[in-house]
Amino acid sequence: MSIGLTQGAYIAAAVLFILALGGLSGQESAKRAVWYGIVGMGIAVVATIFGPEVSLGFFSGLFLIAALAGGAFLGWKAATMVQMTEMPQMVAALHSFVGLAAVFIGLNAHIEAARVLGMDEAARQALAGFGAVLAHKTPVEFNILRVEVFLGIFIGAVTFTGSVVAFGKLAGKIDGKAKQLQGGHLLNAGAALLSVLMLVFYLQSASIFPLFLMTALAFFIGYHLIMGIGGADMPVVVSMLNSYSGWAAAAIGFTLGNDLLIVTGALVGSSGAILSYIMCKAMNRSFISVILGGFGNTTGPAMEIAGEQIAIDADGVAAALNDADSVIIVPGYGMAVAQAQQSVSELTRKLRARGKTVRFAIHPVAGRLPGHMNVLLAEAKVPYDIVLEMDEINDDFPSTDVAIVIGSNDIVNPAAQEDPNSPIAGMPVLEVWKAKQVFVSKRGQGTGYSGIENPLFYKDNTRMFYGDAKKSLDALIPMID
Amino acid sequence: MKIGALTEVFAGENRVAMTPESALAIQKLGHSCCIQAGAGEKAGFTDAAYAAAGVEVLADAAAVLKAAEVVVKVRGPDADEAKALGKGQTLISFFWPAQNPELLETVKDRGATVVAMDMVPRISRAQKMDALSSMANLAGYRAVIEAANNFGRFFTGQVTAAGKIPPAKVLVVGAGVAGLAAIGASVSLGAVTYAFDVRPEVAEQIESMGAEFVFLDFEEKQDGAATGGYAAPSSPEFREKQLAKFRELAPEMDIVITTALIPGRPAPKLWTEDMVRAMKRGSVIVDLAAERGGNCDLTVPDEKIVTDNGVTIVGYSDFPSRMAAQASSLYSNNIRHMLTDLTPKKDGVIHHNMEDDVIRGATVAHDGAVTYPPPPPKVQAIAAAKPKEKAKELTPEERKAKELAAFKKQTQTQVGMLAGGGLLLALVGLYAPASFMSHFIVFALACFVGFQVIWNVSHSLHTPLMAITNAISGIIVLGALLQIGSGNFFVLIFATVSVLIATINIVGGFLVTRRMLAMFQKS
Repeated sequence: MSIGLTQGAYIAAAVLFILALGGLSGQESAKRAVWYGIVGMGIAVVATIFGPEVSLGFFSGLFLIAALAGGAFLGWKAATMVQMTEMPQMVAALHSFVGLAAVFIGLNAHIEAARVLGMDEAARQALAGFGAVLAHKTPVEFNILRVEVFLGIFIGAVTFTGSVVAFGKLAGKIDGKAKQLQGGHLLNAGAALLSVLMLVFYLQSASIFPLFLMTALAFFIGYHLIMGIGGADMPVVVSMLNSYSGWAAAAIGFTLGNDLLIVTGALVGSSGAILSYIMCKAMNRSFISVILGGFGNTTGPAMEIAGEQIAIDADGVAAALNDADSVIIVPGYGMAVAQAQQSVSELTRKLRARGKTVRFAIHPVAGRLPGHMNVLLAEAKVPYDIVLEMDEINDDFPSTDVAIVIGSNDIVNPAAQEDPNSPIAGMPVLEVWKAKQVFVSKRGQGTGYSGIENPLFYKDNTRMFYGDAKKSLDALIPMID
Repeated sequence: MKIGALTEVFAGENRVAMTPESALAIQKLGHSCCIQAGAGEKAGFTDAAYAAAGVEVLADAAAVLKAAEVVVKVRGPDADEAKALGKGQTLISFFWPAQNPELLETVKDRGATVVAMDMVPRISRAQKMDALSSMANLAGYRAVIEAANNFGRFFTGQVTAAGKIPPAKVLVVGAGVAGLAAIGASVSLGAVTYAFDVRPEVAEQIESMGAEFVFLDFEEKQDGAATGGYAAPSSPEFREKQLAKFRELAPEMDIVITTALIPGRPAPKLWTEDMVRAMKRGSVIVDLAAERGGNCDLTVPDEKIVTDNGVTIVGYSDFPSRMAAQASSLYSNNIRHMLTDLTPKKDGVIHHNMEDDVIRGATVAHDGAVTYPPPPPKVQAIAAAKPKEKAKELTPEERKAKELAAFKKQTQTQVGMLAGGGLLLALVGLYAPASFMSHFIVFALACFVGFQVIWNVSHSLHTPLMAITNAISGIIVLGALLQIGSGNFFVLIFATVSVLIATINIVGGFLVTRRMLAMFQKS
């Protein structure tokens, strides 16, 4: 395959990737879009393997086939085994792979560069593939290459440990609370500063030692940064790591002089960046404050909450639902934890069969992943046209008979609007308390992730439906008639 | 305790305060029931049916009054009945204490307790015993039926082979319970229905029933919550405006149903004589406020009249009684719910709890004392309306200026960003070699395309978006592929591992995306 043909294939692949992302604007076109992505990836990989820049020996060929087959098998296994509630973990784990691959490829590039530089003119001419590209570089270009290698490894390493920690937190293997070592952000800043020094050192010496040191520092930064961010901020973290994995790929693309890598990396990078932005906006917090961890400081004492939480049993909820004409369900992370989406779907089906209007209100940061709730509801076969965004449905609460809050807390907290001293003041929230009646399905009387009291639970029209969400709903369903 | 129902003595009253069905429910509370013979006859409940439900049928009123500790009735007692009540005996019926002060004195002197069904406070908890609402609902429905009976045309519009029939136009004045019921009945008969009420907050309810709200452009500060959801007398200016609107509507309307009542006052005169004169021949007015003087000037209570210009005015005041079976079963249920509240332990012992908002509110005489009017209930019927924040109306000039400023600001930020970005690129270009710049152009364009494309992604597809970007960020496999052919052993190993994990990413990412997208279904 000639170099021109490979380049042509790359252009086709890049266009297909853009179409794949653009197709996600609607549920139906998305089903086609994913095929664009698959075909694009196939073209890119085949064109590269058979392209002029890859020279395969017997061993390397064997290794390549084994790696491709092994990777495909493991990927297939993971994708078919994963439960929809475990999607956040899966996504985080996949990010870590891209990060690790970027680290390895960066190190490889360094080793290759050192090898090529050590050769005499004749040997250089004999080189093929990536070596040949390197052989034609001028000294300035080698310096740029070193910066690119350095950046690629740095971003890759941060992505890797960050994603591993995020995976641990999402999978419940690491405590979800924000935790930092003594020194906090100064440690991160110090490590970043040391890394910059390593870059200078590396440019001067061109030895692999500063690279290793920097990799270790970057691993630490990734670990420590994400450890300091709490569970409810995970949607932002995961989108941010998504973005990083893209930038890592782009940096590697620069290193290798491969335009397709650059394009794809940039696409993924900007996608993640936009997602992070959307998530931050939904929490009314700046990106910086999320990344630096914890909620902002309060400026005064929290508003006193008067009243008490009144409990209700399944009979009461069923009676209210039987009388209601319109119902809005607000799911949150608690629904995912209790695996209650099937029960929610069953309840919805029964209510709809009785001619009631049932809709879902999804807050942008509900769950642990952007769009997490949509996927869970889709899995349980809730039709997507009754699943609405916050902005679409927030004005409809006053004309709604019953709002059911299942396992969400901060996103329905009226304190965000009523109490200027609240840590979440100004965050857009779903105004469930405006419905005629609100039922909150909740495990116990504890506070949400942010640790703030929720005045919603004390309102006159709110009743607390304590218990595991799935068990509560299963008890409720037979009583609907 | 023994609960006894009397035959209604009021002329033309067909209802009865206890049905066999409600008697069964009352017995479940631990009470026993008795009834005067023939009490349910006019409502279609025979003595045999009562007996079958375990109700003791007594020969006459005196026997019931003697046997029962609690007497239930529909209409308030007449003077004789009031005198027959004994000390400690309880009467549950309509009473209208404000209009009947002498009657109230009589029962007080007798030492009896009176629970007036018309005084049940309007709070959510008490809705099940709100007999005014349940009767008004019937009256509203029946008013439409009476109107249709006296109206010579179809309600619904039709185009037939024999010609076109326009739909009847119905105006409902006062959208309380009766008004809303009338709207519902009229809309379902196919008439074009308009409705008016002095409380602008009911516009939504009117529209939800399918009628058009007659909008009156008038600014008035009245809080419906302050009057427990009832209408209050309106200012003279408002009244003038309202009458002018009605005058405008009168010639068009085929049927007018008036239901406007203000608690404790005579019915407001809303449909004046000149409006009746302006109406078409054959039109019908049903005045549901006839008992309290009528909303229409020409209404004759309890009679149907036809004016000189051929407008029928129905002034019956006994609409619920005209549907006695239905009305009795609803009213007896209201009574039954009241008894349930009076018997909290369900052990057949009446506990007259004067601390309870509902019981206190409805009780007008107790233990030899007049307890009317009651103190205001502790629970507000309706949350007080918050003062509306009105967005300032902008004049066209102001709006224009604002738009222009916004446009300018947008242009400024965009130009600023472009200039900044351009400067940055120029700086990079100054120092970087050409080979780098060519890649950099690709990078910058790709970022730009990415930003444009991702904004359009639907919110609900953010998780699939992450999964698919995950899959395509596995493109990093290309880097490893380019290096795997190198002679160096470490490079080979690293590259192989990279290919392995990047492939996991690609295959896993795409498959899981497909799995997710396949789940999204339309209803």
